[in-house]
Amino acid sequence: MKHIRNFCIIAHIDHGKSTLADRLLEHTKTIGERDMMNQVLDDMDLEREKGITIKSHAIQMSYTYKGEKYIFNLIDTPGHVDFSYEVSRALAACEGALLLVDASQGIQAQTISNLYLAIGNDLEIIPVINKIDMEGAMIPEVKDQIIDLIGCKDEDILLASGKSGIGIEEILAAVVERIPAPKGDVEAPLQALIFDSVFNSFRGIIAYYRIFNGTIRKGDKIKFIATGATYEADEIGVLKLGLDERKEVRAGDVGYIITGIKNAKEVKVGDTITLTSAPGEAINGFEEVKPMVFAGIFPVVTEDFEELRECMDKLQLNDASLTYEIETSQALGFGFRCGFLGLLHMEIIQERLEREFNQTVITTVPNVSFIAYTTRDEKIIVNNPAEMPDVVKVGRIEEPFIRAQIITLPDYIGNIMTLCLGKRGILLNQSYLTTSRVELIFEMPLTEIVFDFYDKLKSSTRGYASFDYTPIGYRDADIVKMDILLNGDKVDALSALIHRSRAQDFGRKLCEKLKELLPRQQFMIAIQAAIGAKVVARETISAMRKDVTAKCYGGDISRKRKLLEKQKEGKKRMRQIGNVEVPQEAFLAVLKLD
Amino acid sequence: MAGIYLHIPFCKQACHYCNFHFSTNHSSLPDMVTAIQQEIQLQQQYLGSQPVETIYFGGGTPSLLSTAAIAGILDTLRSHFNVQPGVEITLETNPDDFTEDKPAQWAAAGVNRLSIGIQSFYDADLQWMNRAHNAQQAKQCIAWARAAGIHNITIDLIYGTPTLSDEGWKNNVQKALALGVPHLSCYALTVEPQTALHKMIEQHKKEAVDTDKQGRHFELLMDWLGEAGYEHYEISNFAKPGFRSRHNSSYWQGSHYLGLGPSAHSFNGTSRQWNIANNALYLKAIASNEVPFELETLTATQQLNEYIMTSLRTMEGLSLDKVALEWGAPALLAVEQLAVKYIHNGLMVQHDRNLRLTPQGKLLADGIAADFFQ
Repeated sequence: MKHIRNFCIIAHIDHGKSTLADRLLEHTKTIGERDMMNQVLDDMDLEREKGITIKSHAIQMSYTYKGEKYIFNLIDTPGHVDFSYEVSRALAACEGALLLVDASQGIQAQTISNLYLAIGNDLEIIPVINKIDMEGAMIPEVKDQIIDLIGCKDEDILLASGKSGIGIEEILAAVVERIPAPKGDVEAPLQALIFDSVFNSFRGIIAYYRIFNGTIRKGDKIKFIATGATYEADEIGVLKLGLDERKEVRAGDVGYIITGIKNAKEVKVGDTITLTSAPGEAINGFEEVKPMVFAGIFPVVTEDFEELRECMDKLQLNDASLTYEIETSQALGFGFRCGFLGLLHMEIIQERLEREFNQTVITTVPNVSFIAYTTRDEKIIVNNPAEMPDVVKVGRIEEPFIRAQIITLPDYIGNIMTLCLGKRGILLNQSYLTTSRVELIFEMPLTEIVFDFYDKLKSSTRGYASFDYTPIGYRDADIVKMDILLNGDKVDALSALIHRSRAQDFGRKLCEKLKELLPRQQFMIAIQAAIGAKVVARETISAMRKDVTAKCYGGDISRKRKLLEKQKEGKKRMRQIGNVEVPQEAFLAVLKLD
Repeated sequence: MAGIYLHIPFCKQACHYCNFHFSTNHSSLPDMVTAIQQEIQLQQQYLGSQPVETIYFGGGTPSLLSTAAIAGILDTLRSHFNVQPGVEITLETNPDDFTEDKPAQWAAAGVNRLSIGIQSFYDADLQWMNRAHNAQQAKQCIAWARAAGIHNITIDLIYGTPTLSDEGWKNNVQKALALGVPHLSCYALTVEPQTALHKMIEQHKKEAVDTDKQGRHFELLMDWLGEAGYEHYEISNFAKPGFRSRHNSSYWQGSHYLGLGPSAHSFNGTSRQWNIANNALYLKAIASNEVPFELETLTATQQLNEYIMTSLRTMEGLSLDKVALEWGAPALLAVEQLAVKYIHNGLMVQHDRNLRLTPQGKLLADGIAADFFQ
């Protein structure tokens, strides 16, 4: 056990985590240069494209240092705000962390919150400044930031470049020397922490775990403590580039287990694996991951519902944090009300449906989960505007709040204040991490983050702001349901739950956007935004004036028929709201408001 | 009955809006006349023994043909087809091709109907469209045609151009009425893809077409010509009783027709075919006794859709009995059900067993037809 090192890399998006990981794998000969696709750890297309890690993974390397052979388990962590619980479990499986900071970017909010998580888990931190050979590298300044943050010494900070391979040997040596070996008793009752799981279409769910105590052997009868389910360990092993099957995996090590589970829901990150014969205690810190953002997902063509259902089922097999139930909309027919960890998660699901499953979907207005108390004090969880009880029956409504941490340059404090205060934020603290890095802490309603917050933050700081958040519970709020009506017919898919102070502005913008997106039809269309019976905004689309071909002679007939047939086909993709035909783009209008 | 169309693919200059097939290089004109006569022989079986009641010289600009060429083509047609004694023979002409003696020559060759591409009586419009004639020529040619005894005359007018005001449009129509022309084809300017006009609008060198204005011009036109006693017998065609274009009517009634010359279309009831739209390739193929065409066979549904599209454009409208007879009860039911909404909206009326578009419906004829497609 004293030759095992379990560690992870904490880094902001684009700070070079994946490239550095690739270099570590090459240097330890875990993988040859030739057969390696760049950035092995991020193996989903989408991750590669977005430059972020969505799901964490793990890989084992062996490294010989001063004549002794060491086993390194590198546990990768997801790099986005939406996945902070998964990050915390991955950190809990490690004894140390490389804190990777881009030499030209400096410390970012995401890095800091994960760093605090790591320090909270008693991890040994090895600071590494990456991309030191890049133009614009500000090594002394970034060093100061790191020293300020973690109170280390100048000489503790390693300098590296994942791209050109500088400093890789030093990092590997530091992992051996500075990160403590795991502790634990191989003979004690089994306690293995599940920190991730992946879906394999041939093998089912593969769970990744770190053993704190005991030993797991092939064929053992095991139990997941939180879910209470028991299984047989069909196959166990360690994680090399692929699965490396073993007879046993012992305390201190990281491994995988296959039990024939087909559904990711049964394997919960943070759960503890133990033996049914000699059960151990649960490892602290298990939480059910709760969806934070909800939206409807509907097939573009109503007949494709069954196909979409199959895809959602498959998608959930490898993404247990996605929740969904069937939803019916008058406008969109059958679809799903989906729960996501956050907005990025929502985007990821949408894109995976499109890319991996070839589905074109309509995603409706996202909303957070509200709690409505009726006048008789019944509690109703509202994940969908349609679930909001009638105004007269509602006593009060609560909305989720978050603690938002924003790190930026001093120049942009004013812009961020304007943005966050405008979004009902309450400034809690403002502090200079270094002379050029300011941290702002706000309490904000989560619902304000759901609409256009990220884009606005980006544009008002020219991208020089990083953002992280943690939920801090529910607070009373003056929330209203806003409906959109087309020629008097309600479009349920465009209803939104929104703070009263923002309703009118939102309604006006939405009506304006719809006016742009709805094609002229044979009659006039009135677009209205209403709270209850009160119309708060209105736009009108005048009737189509002329839609007739001038010439229709011998040579025109066939061409014109084809054109009109195509037009008719296009109309099939539209949704009928009362007498108004609505193209699918209109349902996305709300996501495109300025 | 059947009709024959001849496409003469040459023009003096390119009108900016035109997307028909033509060439401004006239060197192959004599060869083309020979080739068309050769194609007449190759296609003599196409119409079977059906009586040919209409012949139409279109283009391009058929008035570029010599009188001898016109007479020669008509002779060849008569010797290969069952051309009827009362045949309507139309020649499309441009005002700038007229001389005082031309109409009499055309009449002597057999032409009994002239279609004149006047487009506007305003020089500003004509220049905007890049037409080859001027307003003065436009008026003169009608007088010459009459003097030669040709009274079955139609003129083309274009409305909805940026240079044409409501007042200007009124004057144009009034001039036509004052000249006593018994037939008018009035077209809303259409910006077709791959035309000079399309490109110029894209590059903001010309003003885009205002469809609201076009709608207004069309409504005004229907009022004026209705009052003047013209039948609005097809969306773009207006005639005094007895002066409808028999040839063009055959397109909307599903009659068979043979098209000769590059890019010309033919229809035999179940299939459409069109000759290659390239003069050189056409000449080459005909020289080796082959007609170079593409063919499309229509399904029953496509035939129904074409009937819906063309019949709704006509004054007589869509015949429910014909739909029932040729496409059966389900098609009839679908049409009748959909008609209820349009009748209710005032875009359509039912007259006996025919569905007809109201003036408002005519403005929206394409969308309505598409809606009725099956």
